[in-house]
Amino acid sequence: MQGFPILTILTFIPIIGMIIVLLLPKSAENNVKYTTLAVTSIQLVLAIVMILNFDYSAAGVFDVNSFQFIEKVRWIQIPDVAFLGTLKIDYFLGVDGLSAPLVLLSTIIFFIATFSSWTIKKSPKGYFAMYLLLNAATMGVFLSLDFFLFFVFWEVMLLPMYFLIGIWGGPRKEYAAIKFFIYTMLGGVFMLITMIGLYFSATEILADGTQAYTFNLLTLMDQSSYLTDGILSPLNPNNWRFMAYIGLFVAFAVKIPMFPFHTWLPDAHVEAPTPISVVLAGVLLKLGTYGILRISFPIFPDITRELMWYIGLFGVINIVYGALAAMAQKDYKKLIAYSSISHMGYVLLGMASLTSTGFNGAIFQMFNHGTITAMLFLIVGIIYDRAHTRGLYEFGGLANQMPIYTGFVTVAFFAAVGLPGLSGWVSEALVFVGAFGVESIRTITMIGMLGILLGAGYMLWTLQRVYLGTVPEKWKQLKDLDGRELTMLIPLTIIVVVLGSFPSFMLDIMTTSVNSLVDFIATTLN
Amino acid sequence: MSESNLISLAVTILFLPLIGFFIVLLFGKRFKQLYKFEVGIITVALLLSIFTGVVKLTNYFNNIIITQFTWIDLGNVPSIGHLSINLGIMIDNITVIMLFVVTLISTLVHYFSIAYMEGDARFSRYFAYLGIFTFSMLGIVIADNLLMIYIFWELVGLSSYLLIGFWYEKKSASDASMKAFLANRIGDIGMFIGILILFTNYHTFSFQDIFQNIANGVVPFGSNGWLTAAGILVFMGAVGKSAQVPLHIWLPDAMEGPTPVSALIHAATMVAAGVYLVARIFALLTADAMLVIAVVGTVTSIFAATIALTQNDIKKVLAYSTVSQLGYMIMALGVGAYKFAFFHLVTHAFFKGLMFLGSGSVIHSMHHEQDMRQMGGLKKKMPITYITFLIGTLAISGVPLTSGFLSKDGLLAGTWAFADLTGHYLIPIIGFTVALMTAFYMFRLVLMTFHGEPRNQHKFDNAHESPKLMTIPLIILAALSIFIFYTPNPVAPSEGWFFNWIKTPQSVVPEEARFDFMKSDAHKVEGSLNKDVHGSGSENAAITYSEMYEHAMHKVHYPAMIISVIFAVLGILLAFLMYEWKKIDPDKLAEKLKPLYNLSYHKWYIDEIYSFLFVERLLDLSRFISWFDATVVDGIVNYSATLTRGIANITGWFDTYIVDGLVNFTAFISGFVGLSLRKIQTGKVQTYIVYVVFSVIIILLILRPF
Repeated sequence: MQGFPILTILTFIPIIGMIIVLLLPKSAENNVKYTTLAVTSIQLVLAIVMILNFDYSAAGVFDVNSFQFIEKVRWIQIPDVAFLGTLKIDYFLGVDGLSAPLVLLSTIIFFIATFSSWTIKKSPKGYFAMYLLLNAATMGVFLSLDFFLFFVFWEVMLLPMYFLIGIWGGPRKEYAAIKFFIYTMLGGVFMLITMIGLYFSATEILADGTQAYTFNLLTLMDQSSYLTDGILSPLNPNNWRFMAYIGLFVAFAVKIPMFPFHTWLPDAHVEAPTPISVVLAGVLLKLGTYGILRISFPIFPDITRELMWYIGLFGVINIVYGALAAMAQKDYKKLIAYSSISHMGYVLLGMASLTSTGFNGAIFQMFNHGTITAMLFLIVGIIYDRAHTRGLYEFGGLANQMPIYTGFVTVAFFAAVGLPGLSGWVSEALVFVGAFGVESIRTITMIGMLGILLGAGYMLWTLQRVYLGTVPEKWKQLKDLDGRELTMLIPLTIIVVVLGSFPSFMLDIMTTSVNSLVDFIATTLN
Repeated sequence: MSESNLISLAVTILFLPLIGFFIVLLFGKRFKQLYKFEVGIITVALLLSIFTGVVKLTNYFNNIIITQFTWIDLGNVPSIGHLSINLGIMIDNITVIMLFVVTLISTLVHYFSIAYMEGDARFSRYFAYLGIFTFSMLGIVIADNLLMIYIFWELVGLSSYLLIGFWYEKKSASDASMKAFLANRIGDIGMFIGILILFTNYHTFSFQDIFQNIANGVVPFGSNGWLTAAGILVFMGAVGKSAQVPLHIWLPDAMEGPTPVSALIHAATMVAAGVYLVARIFALLTADAMLVIAVVGTVTSIFAATIALTQNDIKKVLAYSTVSQLGYMIMALGVGAYKFAFFHLVTHAFFKGLMFLGSGSVIHSMHHEQDMRQMGGLKKKMPITYITFLIGTLAISGVPLTSGFLSKDGLLAGTWAFADLTGHYLIPIIGFTVALMTAFYMFRLVLMTFHGEPRNQHKFDNAHESPKLMTIPLIILAALSIFIFYTPNPVAPSEGWFFNWIKTPQSVVPEEARFDFMKSDAHKVEGSLNKDVHGSGSENAAITYSEMYEHAMHKVHYPAMIISVIFAVLGILLAFLMYEWKKIDPDKLAEKLKPLYNLSYHKWYIDEIYSFLFVERLLDLSRFISWFDATVVDGIVNYSATLTRGIANITGWFDTYIVDGLVNFTAFISGFVGLSLRKIQTGKVQTYIVYVVFSVIIILLILRPF
């Protein structure tokens, strides 16, 4: 694999795809779709190749030498800019155990959502161009090791998402799109401020021996690179690190979404077309928690330790609040959206534990939530395509009308409920094992366990309302799954079942990095 | 046969039904005969279980065979060291007994169901579900650690959900399945917390390793209180699964499932899993934890018995009787009568399985009539069902020569001995009372169903004895309800082989946290949990009790036996007086004791109370949260948007009228000045010269030197 720029290809092949799509004539609708499918397939293959060549014993996290598939070139360099010295930004990509599972997840979800996009009628050319741009930006966020690059990808992601919801969405699409946009943009501002603060607080030594301010995330994690008077330097007694941490956390929390910044999510989901909901829940939400793990925790380990109880508390609020809100919904898709909030709470709780078990659980939960929730949104989409309604009280007895579909529904629902043998349970259990082991958050962890019960409550109730009982006359013409829908659901089901029984396939990728990160947080600035 | 062969056998037995599940589920619709595959596979599992049991009990009688493998390796974890999560299989004597019980009843239920479920729309799926249930149950049985038990515990919950709701077109069935799953989940949360307490302290889920740690004096978080808490919390799982008060509500509703399922899951095996779990963790229960367990069991046994007295649905009576008997077993474990608790688990599995299948036979022949008031006189029509059912009834009533007599009598003696030693006399008093009630309501059931005159002539005329596929399982189970399979001496179970297979595990709890009678007499402690490097241990004659206890037990053995027989006879007599000889009119009695009768008939209104207190309040809360989210949280968001727009409007106004106004004003002023000054632009050179001259003079005046 030496010298093969696998990560750059992963990130930029969608851009090439987008250009092709835009150049194709309007009439070549199918070619547009097949181009997208080809791009996402290549990405999926590349991600699998990457995992197969992945060194499980290399930690990464803060150590540049144990990152894998690194690509680093100077992107921007302007020497001697007034009092700023050399201005430089790197194009710096790399993976470790924290990002590898999520890169794989993204490629899987984008691949599957392509099939789901097949039925898009309204100007498919524009849709798929935006879809591919979103894909590229997402990949870039997971792979960037330079804060500026990370920020660029982060903000680029907004644009396609805004249009995908705002043009291809439901009746209230404009409202939902603008809400999503402003929320994330607001977070982005906080991130920008923190980023600039960090930039002026640390320096790295360039090849020519001069010192320069830096956006390099790994340098920013290294406490020895900070200046004594930097505004976010731990060496500066009057530093603003606490405020910066909060700001950065809010930026990420919006994406998760964490209570009380979550209200954009149900609206976005309800209005977004099915494939975009799948991508949103399957991949984009993980960007928030990933950002916290990749940036907030190792750059501010001191403040992370200080605030872990609060992070755990917000995790538990997400779990319980999301579950309770889900229980009261009458719209199928909104219910799944709130359940998504609840399930992301487990990720936060696991991260708050600052233990290996909790972190493993959190990252694994990100992956599992990605696959399971993708299934759930596909399931909602399938019924909405046929019945053009999502009212939970309008259905019943679909188990007899659509038995194969209901089989997949049962697997997905029980995976979401956290049934052992399916992947969701393993990660939830690891989260609880990790969080319960830490005395300070033990009590709130026990409250969080209510989520196990509430989750089972609203999921099984939904199962009963929509699938059990007898079929109302008006749904007697509904057809069972077609080949395209099976193509989407079967791979996800296999992943959910296999990872439930053999979680090591996924966990082994991350354990080394996780242990290293946990150790780093515990020992740095202590 | 080496030890590792036994392990492989156990694994094979475990996975056979799972294979059956997948194959029948995926292809059952296309190949209608595929259910035979599942039936065949479970028969093989039964034969293998018998073989495993024979080998274990003859060649490795005193060995605990354990094998472990790493499931999740978390690597070198900071501040803990190398951490891995292991799963494993443990085979000791009670494992092989349970393997036999589960596979036997499962096999019989499979055959029974072929006839019972004939013509059902989802016939093959039913067999697939039986397969996954058997798989999950066997997983609990052979697990060597709490995590694996928890995994299969939940899977049992799933299979139970699927089978209770098998006829999901009925709202009552899908309601019942959901209730069962959720009630179990409540218990499971407690159980999970208990497991987490132990894992946090010992970094292992394995029973043997946990026991070893406690035996070495390491208690959770350094306090015996936490050990008690861990025991009670894990026991909460059993409260859910074994339908103990206050989580018993799901079991009677679970009767919505097909009757053979009730026999398999809700009488013989799954509900016994709770008892099995408590037996597994018995060694770490402190005195306080045991007392809690004993009280819960006692309360459950009497509570359910009082309800069973007045029910008219044949399956409901059996369901409450199951709850009551499970309470017995839990009570017995709580008072330390470990062997009798497990003994009763086994005998109860057979005779209760028998009675459920018997009721299935009746319901089948009565065309799905379950109300006993529509029955009567069936003994002439269904002699085999009647006789086998009667044997089961005698067994549960504790009449001598039956298996139930052996286990129940010992169990009651255990409570009495416990009371003698600790002063908790209420426990045996309730225990004996329940025995009386049990004999009464079970004979009430038999008399109403099989004796007397038919109350519904039409249904009676159509009734018939069930086919051989259904009666043979009844005969086999009836045979197993006779004493001879357990002991040659019908009044002394301890002289039998079965009783000696069961070993009471040695308590590992610190001495100060045990009951006095469980403190070791120094000279009596022989065996211990010596686990050698190969991961095998020994269950060699672990001594848990002091001589004091043996003495007390010995003293009450015969008195307890006599009293329990007298109570059983009294109960039976009362049933005959009311329902056979009609000396007492049950309706008049009910009228006289109206409030009590209502309380019993309406199941103490527990469902209504829970619904009001918990379900409705939870739904209220969820509606409130949803409103709060839409109105307050999102309201703030929308309000800030409005506010921003408002500010933007003000800014816009300011911009238009003030900022731009200033610009325009400037322009206006310039224009005005321009207009005014236009007048002096005359175009005449003379005028300009005058201006220039005057200007020069003024400038000179201003700049003049002083």
